Amino acid sequence: MTSVKFLYAAYIATWVIHGTYIGSLVRRYSRLRRRREELDRGK
Amino acid sequence: MKKALLVFAVPAAVLTALLLAYAFYQAMWVAPMERTMGEVQRIFYYHVPSAWTAFLLFFVNLVASVTYLIRRNTRADAVALVSAEVGVVFCTVVLVTGPIWARPVWGIWWTWDIRLTTTLVLWLIYVSYLMLRRFSDGAQTPKLAAVLAIFGALDVPLVYFSIWFFRTQHPQPVIGGGGSIDPRMLHVLLINWLAFSCLALLVGWSRYRLEIMQRDLEEELALESLLGDGGLPPASAGASSRTGSLLNRTSSRMGPG
Repeated sequence: MTSVKFLYAAYIATWVIHGTYIGSLVRRYSRLRRRREELDRGK
Repeated sequence: MKKALLVFAVPAAVLTALLLAYAFYQAMWVAPMERTMGEVQRIFYYHVPSAWTAFLLFFVNLVASVTYLIRRNTRADAVALVSAEVGVVFCTVVLVTGPIWARPVWGIWWTWDIRLTTTLVLWLIYVSYLMLRRFSDGAQTPKLAAVLAIFGALDVPLVYFSIWFFRTQHPQPVIGGGGSIDPRMLHVLLINWLAFSCLALLVGWSRYRLEIMQRDLEEELALESLLGDGGLPPASAGASSRTGSLLNRTSSRMGPG
């Protein structure tokens, strides 16, 4: 690998890590909203 | 929540995205190329701001944990959990980008140098903190986690000052500690730190809102179960210990009979 490829790899890895975490937050939020809706429907 | 989303989250997300794009442009094309390392040195503009942001988040975690131990404030407990989680994400970036930089510059991915080892230990401490929060739902969990957070925070100055006081393979500090940096590089570094700090603030705020919503829902479910069929709800994964204490409070209010 040339030095530029290492640079791209580092930048891509950074955004993959942040993207994965933000994605997990979105999934957790959707799950929570579904549970909230189920609870409200049950009332 | 919807109002807060429109007033704060959407403009903040747009501004943060613009700032990150500008910081990326500066790091890739505006900052001068370092003479000995060449292009790969630009990893520095993601690696160093991520490390500083992680340290800042672990400091917030320390303050929130101490506040929780003194005042038993559940909001402080939520801030501690959120700052540790986002801090681990930034620390992961540091541990991934560091070896990617090291391979072409040092010829190796990793060495058990004091700076690298203490950073890995720091990451492991906060991962164990998150595992404690995730898999233990007893009423004592926030207290235990707060004590663990204080021990974890002791590693932060060790990581930071390790390259000041020990001979290490890791590059010397560029700010303070006798190091020097081109003013244009420093400018780009600070812009990237500002951008990543904004990202941490935005993600942390969203995660905090999520945590509060989750705790409110758990409380509501626990109360419904208690008042509905008189039985206790099954312990759900990630149920907060606040629910446990709420159940204790409710049970004691209802009396033994």
